[in-house]
Amino acid sequence: MELTDEPMAEMACTVNGVPVRTRVPLRQSLVDWLRHGIGLTGSHVGCEHGVCGACHVQVGGRVVRGCLMLAVQVDGEVVETIEGATASGRIRALQEAFFARAALQCGFCTPGMLLQAAELLAANPDPSRTEIREALSGNYCRCTGYHAIVDAVEAAAARLRA
Amino acid sequence: MKPARFGYARPDTLDGALAILAEQGVEAAILAGGQSLMPMLNLRMARPGLLLDINRIPGLDAIALSGGVLTIGARARHAEVLASPLVREAAPMLVQALAHVAHPAIRNRGTLGGSLALADPAAEMPACITALGATLVVASARGERRIAAETFFLGVYATTLEPDELVLRVEIPAISPGWSHGFHEVARRHGDYAMAGLALALHREGSRVVEARIAFCGVEAATRRQAEVEAVLVAQGAEAACAALAGLDAMAGAEVTAAHRIHLARVLLRRALGQA
Repeated sequence: MELTDEPMAEMACTVNGVPVRTRVPLRQSLVDWLRHGIGLTGSHVGCEHGVCGACHVQVGGRVVRGCLMLAVQVDGEVVETIEGATASGRIRALQEAFFARAALQCGFCTPGMLLQAAELLAANPDPSRTEIREALSGNYCRCTGYHAIVDAVEAAAARLRA
Repeated sequence: MKPARFGYARPDTLDGALAILAEQGVEAAILAGGQSLMPMLNLRMARPGLLLDINRIPGLDAIALSGGVLTIGARARHAEVLASPLVREAAPMLVQALAHVAHPAIRNRGTLGGSLALADPAAEMPACITALGATLVVASARGERRIAAETFFLGVYATTLEPDELVLRVEIPAISPGWSHGFHEVARRHGDYAMAGLALALHREGSRVVEARIAFCGVEAATRRQAEVEAVLVAQGAEAACAALAGLDAMAGAEVTAAHRIHLARVLLRRALGQA
């Protein structure tokens, strides 16, 4: 829905490998645009001020808070969401480990956890449990108490090294 | 929680950005990493008329080491500074401190210049560049000027930066032989705002400290060189320096009292002098 007097901007980017050209409200966050503009609802909106990590997406190959970037700022950028990361298979080991270890209950934090854990394992294939906790320190989970999540990342790392 | 409406400009050149600041600097908020600005917009604690996005201006994120000076562009992301071998070599204090700055996704966007220009009293980077004796290079349409870090911070979110000025880069003297760097912090959880943080550079001869540069974050409203404490440390040693911290003008709040911040500052200094 566009309000008639809402300031808009032209924007073109690539989302999950697909080129997108569109108009976005200037003040719309990246995660709101992904969800409401193009229907990618795997990125979740939690705190909307950069604390909870549920909105994590990749921009230019780095994990960022989707609530702390404007949609207009990804003009010219390559964006990947949990949908793209899932389709490519690049986070499959983590997803299977999260399932096997019951590292999620409601699932609200899981997309953000998976993307952040994948960035950790790409840089550090054999992280300690402390390093896993530090990497995920900006991702809140209100269900699991985190232990199962740390277990799952550790197990996925071991499987990827094997 | 959505921001109020704002204008938006994304110039491709520094001159373009400075021209906009010259005209609308008072109304404008500079958008670099946005990791503090965007929450304030979302919470409507800030309602700037214009967002000036500097992310397309080339060259603002360079990191270089030359002639004993480490130069870090204002838009260098925390993650880039943290990963830089030049920074590790010339200013190891920054690497130690950045491990305490927020969380990985925030560090992927947040910038050094943004942290300095914001001047949050709990932020680590202002204390570091003060203790490192760094110089900020800032620009406006009127020209460039150089500001010593130890005179830059005035108070909570207050600096000597004028509304039409943009931080370009920070110049840090590379660590010299005989000197050691340290950064220590107490926070409720890793990555949270500091309840107290200590940045220090020490020059020792044998076990004796002959020169010291000390700054705190999360203790006083503005980070500054702790010249009195440094002098006491050099003249009378560690215990006297810890006692001298009673003179800090510590912030008081509902969650952490001024006396507790001074206590934490003392714990950090004692810990650092035992290790550094």
